[in-house]
Amino acid sequence: MSSAKNININLKIWRQKNAKSKGSMETYKLDNVSTASSFLEMLDQLNEQLINEKTEPIAFDHDCREGICGMCSLYINGRAHGPDTGITTCQLHMRMFKDGDTIFVEPWRSKAFPVIKDLVVDRSSFDRIQQAGGFVSVNTSGNTIDANATPINKNDADKSFEAAACIGCGACVATCKNGSAMLFVGAKVSQYALLPQGKVEAATRVLNMVRQMDEEGFGNCTNTGACEIECPKGISLENIARMNREYLKASMK
Amino acid sequence: MAKSALLKSSIGKKYWMALTGLFLCLFLAGHLAGNLQLIFGDALKFNQYALFMTSNPAVKLLSYLTYLSIIFHAVDGILLTIQNKKARPIAYAMNNPQKNSSSASRNMAVLGTVILVFIVTHMVNFWAKMHFDEKMPLQTVRIEVQPGMAQEFYITTAGGYMPKDGVELKNKTDLIDINAHVKVGEAYKDLHKITFAFFKDEKYGLIFTILYVLAMGVLAFHLLHGFQSAFQSLGVNNKFTPALKTFGKLFAIIVPLLFAIIPVCIHFNFILKH
Repeated sequence: MSSAKNININLKIWRQKNAKSKGSMETYKLDNVSTASSFLEMLDQLNEQLINEKTEPIAFDHDCREGICGMCSLYINGRAHGPDTGITTCQLHMRMFKDGDTIFVEPWRSKAFPVIKDLVVDRSSFDRIQQAGGFVSVNTSGNTIDANATPINKNDADKSFEAAACIGCGACVATCKNGSAMLFVGAKVSQYALLPQGKVEAATRVLNMVRQMDEEGFGNCTNTGACEIECPKGISLENIARMNREYLKASMK
Repeated sequence: MAKSALLKSSIGKKYWMALTGLFLCLFLAGHLAGNLQLIFGDALKFNQYALFMTSNPAVKLLSYLTYLSIIFHAVDGILLTIQNKKARPIAYAMNNPQKNSSSASRNMAVLGTVILVFIVTHMVNFWAKMHFDEKMPLQTVRIEVQPGMAQEFYITTAGGYMPKDGVELKNKTDLIDINAHVKVGEAYKDLHKITFAFFKDEKYGLIFTILYVLAMGVLAFHLLHGFQSAFQSLGVNNKFTPALKTFGKLFAIIVPLLFAIIPVCIHFNFILKH
């Protein structure tokens, strides 16, 4: 903490009144930002300044601020969740910036993630993809079987767990030049396809989830690998390949 | 549902992109093997090869598959690109994609379009002449029949020689005896001569050579991303992927490089003579 200092920054932030209005980039100046503060704390500080100036504060998504909920979603200086890697926006700190920097802050840009207000986007398209097949049909009315009753290969369990680490923040879509959701869907498909419990519904799951993904207006994967780099949870491209395999298998049936 | 999924879905389109792309990689390897004969200086062998490639039924089938693959790869690519553009209607004011992906991977559509333009001009310059040109030259050879007296002969596909002024032409390559009016043989279309004339052209030869080399550079970048990407699209991502990536990179550099060397050799006369 002793190395913390205060910096002055310029911000260019997307302002949009509501889902229907046309937005624009607005410029703000913010002084005395501690480099020990998080990016979201910096935005809180800016909002206090705006409220004092009797202007509308900037709307942005946030919840746990611990890097695990997947709620925060900002495109900072041309990168999803900002310049650091393996983190969500709430885990980005102002020590990554220098005094006098101009920082661009934009919402996720995707047809399937429409802007609701300022930096807040509607990610319910992800929910609809999940509802199309991202589950296992288990009877939970009092006769749930112990999870460890079914032996699972350690390697598969690990890979499934890695896929399940996806928090559905949408950084993959935001960073993909095609606005593709395949890393998200690949992770959700893999998480179940690797486990015996998920194999029963594997074929309908992948067909339904991909169909929903296409209907929502996400783009197509061109294997640039950008999503894997920007994903705060390090979800691997292997999951997209697995989804492609699963889809091919299911389509042949 | 399943059948239409293989054609219309996002993933289905990627399968076709990958399959046609990989088939075209095989075509490139075959085409290169044929072209390399040009720098070994034997015109007759090259023309015999050209005749084989345009008349053998199995090769013909493969060539139709190649045309179809090129068309499908291009159309599918255009459809995918349109969908991808639609998926992000508002662009970022500030974007830093070079931090997370290679420029080749982000510009496959642009690279592909340049390659398509190249393929069309390449086919006009060589393929169309070989197939349709009425004035396509035939391979001849000057032989000294008596000391101090040379005469020009057509080389026939049967392995013989026909004096040029003793025959007339029918159906582009049929040699008809001017007196007996019967077919006495078939001559070879001189694709070798056309190719050398093209790249050695006094006015444009150097420009054609440079454009060809540039097009091969574009092809290299397209393959640099495309080769391994095709396997990923088909769901192949396993312990062999690092090796596959290395092979893909070598293929992407070596194949276009060897293609590019040929017109350079022709233009600057680095032909290996027997």
